[in-house]
Amino acid sequence: MPRISSPAELEDIRRDVLSKRKLSKTCLTLCSGTACHATGSDRVAAAIEVELEKQGFKGEVYFRRTGCHGFCEKGPIVLVDPEEICYLQVTPEDVPEIVSQTIKEKKVIDRLLYTDPNTGERAARESDIPFYKNQERIVFGANRRIDPKSIEDYLAIGGYQALVKALFEITPEQVLEEVKEANLRGRGGGGFPAGEKWEVARNAPGEPKYVVVNCDEGDPGAYMDRSLMEGNPYGVLEGLMLGAYAIGAHEGYVYVRQEYPLALQNLGTAIKQAQEHGLLGRDILGSGFNFNVKVHRGAGAFVCGEETALLKSLEGEAGEPRPRPPYPAVKGLWGKPTCINNVETWANVPLIIHRGAQAFTSIGTEGSKGTKIFSLVGKINNTGLVEVPMGITIKDIIYKIGGGIPGGKKFKAVQTGGPSGGCIPAELLDLRVGFDELTKAGSMMGSGGMIVMDEDTCMVDVARYFINFLTDESCGKCLPCREGLRQMHKILTNITEGKGEEGDIELLEELSETAVEASLCALGKTAPNPFRSTVRYFRDEYEAHIKEKRCPALYCKELISYYIDPEKCQACGSCLRECPAEAIDGGKKMIHIVDQEKCTKCGTCFEVCPSRYSAVKKTSGEPVPPPIPEEERMIVKKSKEE
Amino acid sequence: MDTGKTDQIIDKHEGQASSLIQILLEIQSEYHWLPKEALERVSEKLHVPFSRVRHIATFYKAFSLVPKGRHEIHICMGTACHVRGATRILDKVQDLTGIQPGETDLDFKFSLETVNCLGCCAMGPVLEIDGQTHGKLSPAKTADVLKSFE
Ligand SMILES: Cc1cc2nc3c(=O)[nH]c(=O)nc-3n(C[C@H](O)[C@H](O)[C@H](O)COP(=O)(O)O)c2cc1C
Repeated sequence: MPRISSPAELEDIRRDVLSKRKLSKTCLTLCSGTACHATGSDRVAAAIEVELEKQGFKGEVYFRRTGCHGFCEKGPIVLVDPEEICYLQVTPEDVPEIVSQTIKEKKVIDRLLYTDPNTGERAARESDIPFYKNQERIVFGANRRIDPKSIEDYLAIGGYQALVKALFEITPEQVLEEVKEANLRGRGGGGFPAGEKWEVARNAPGEPKYVVVNCDEGDPGAYMDRSLMEGNPYGVLEGLMLGAYAIGAHEGYVYVRQEYPLALQNLGTAIKQAQEHGLLGRDILGSGFNFNVKVHRGAGAFVCGEETALLKSLEGEAGEPRPRPPYPAVKGLWGKPTCINNVETWANVPLIIHRGAQAFTSIGTEGSKGTKIFSLVGKINNTGLVEVPMGITIKDIIYKIGGGIPGGKKFKAVQTGGPSGGCIPAELLDLRVGFDELTKAGSMMGSGGMIVMDEDTCMVDVARYFINFLTDESCGKCLPCREGLRQMHKILTNITEGKGEEGDIELLEELSETAVEASLCALGKTAPNPFRSTVRYFRDEYEAHIKEKRCPALYCKELISYYIDPEKCQACGSCLRECPAEAIDGGKKMIHIVDQEKCTKCGTCFEVCPSRYSAVKKTSGEPVPPPIPEEERMIVKKSKEE
Repeated sequence: MDTGKTDQIIDKHEGQASSLIQILLEIQSEYHWLPKEALERVSEKLHVPFSRVRHIATFYKAFSLVPKGRHEIHICMGTACHVRGATRILDKVQDLTGIQPGETDLDFKFSLETVNCLGCCAMGPVLEIDGQTHGKLSPAKTADVLKSFE
């Protein structure tokens, strides 16, 4: 494809690409995001190449490897279009059949389809699978339709239409107005209105101005930014250009954490292709607008996701936050007005400009418009990335889309908002998802991690986990954050180890208050949230740990004991063989017993005991039942029963 | 140590001080750690005080100031893995290798690190050895995975 120098040429090329596409009727799409890499997507891809060649379909079938489709639980996923057939958990061994049956004979292979775990019904098409059916994938949906290494694919789905509209039909002010009218709020944490931020940057004195993409995504359990960057870097870049045009910037930075090699690679390819085609660089599409992008690899520090720390890091320094104001929109990179937004925020911009603010605001609640991508993880059947309209209930996300909790366990809470977010308990399952709604419930939207917890999750341990995370990630500048969190972690650890004391909860509350009041950046200010929200909804669990030395979820190692139910033990020897501490006493036909002195509580016996026996038990807060007398330990089969 | 590679990396970034982090990242991927000589070279060529180079090298987690083992184990401690029992996987690995996170064993066989999230939450709990992900782990399965490394 040559350098494109006008909108007319762009349209010609788009038409050309589309007409070529019609020739190859069948299209095979394979999900190849990072998650599917881990489940063997590379081997499936190789098998597809080989098999298409072998069965004579090379060139006739269009084969495309795309970014993440979101249904990571069932990856790798193969789609056969135009029929829209969706095959899940495909292995290289399935490929010959897919080609010979589905492509050649147009027959559906039942075994590879989605099966409803409740009804046993199969769904052949992607849009019939409940996981997808209840989503609204206006941003993330493009992932499935483009090869991230092909700018032609992006053109084929209408890419750069928003850019053309902005550069040739409307003014920068109008772009700004549209984004303001759409009430697009930041997807990276705070939910600040993007349009307002842009306006400040536009009006702030100082040249040059900068635009920045925040793809640091440090929240554990969240990977939607990575998947957008891996799957559709063009969309993010187009959004960034629109922002630059609106505020009058000609230089942009994309900050990507180095743990995301595929995102870095695909972004690099996209930038190169866009440059070659005149869609980045000087005089873009002959409009006179210049724009360049640089990529910066993060070096692994959670706090660098915070905007002022990120900008420090871009300047080549240690990423320590600084007080705001001045906000980056006024004084940012190298002291110049800088507009920094999250990946998903930028990815929404082309949509708003192309379809108009009204189409965007038709989705959502009063205060939160459009959609949000969540990463639905933890104790959930359908782990994956889901894009839902703002205003959907948490219950619908967890049950309709997520398929509920595995193993018939009871839902306990969902944690949202990243490490400094909060937990939402079962009583609030009907809560509608939105920036203000989540904050009111004591959590926050954050970047969109949704970690589902069931009855086996200990809420004190969850608080300890997050406070530990934040203690590690505190940059150390402010005392209440650095030392206060360390103390909170110590107290919480004590509680989970059965060394909690009367008054601990009150002390934690005090330390929380100080950290909130006296820290500079949002890390310290919000760090006590995990404690505050768990104590708000699960105070009884804290009290059980402190007063009764009991962990109600049977999770905290120091507070539980394992024992074997003599009624259930069949002396199969599984735990006896696997126990690394040799703490199990038993033999052939001899009921096993856990030696409490030797037991290290690693849980191996519990894990390996066959589920048909389920003889290994956990208990907390009460002594284990005394072992059965030696003379009763032999299992004697009663001959009558046999 | 041959400073040629270090020099090449610095030259690629046109010796710009603002590229300090990017340069250190590339040196880290080249040697799997940051030898003192390399840091001194960077300081000298970029005209950045050694103390600042050192500060950067200790501030960011991606950098190591000590040599790494032949196999790098990264255990995911992300929230999704945590609720699915990552702590027990970590216990098992520590038990088998005799090292704590941040350490390398005396034979330079394994280095152990915990990471915040590998973004493979559907497979949790997971660990990564030399870039290869192993998922849906139990302590017993973890032992099998480690056994296959020399
Ligand atoms: C400790 C901390 C970590 C953060 N990490 C991220 C991050 O990983 N990604 C992100 O987009 N924003 C992160 N933020 C929010 C940014 O500071 C900033 O608000 C955001 O990039 C603005 O973009 P948005 O308005 O589009 O959300 C973090 C904030 C704090 C306090």
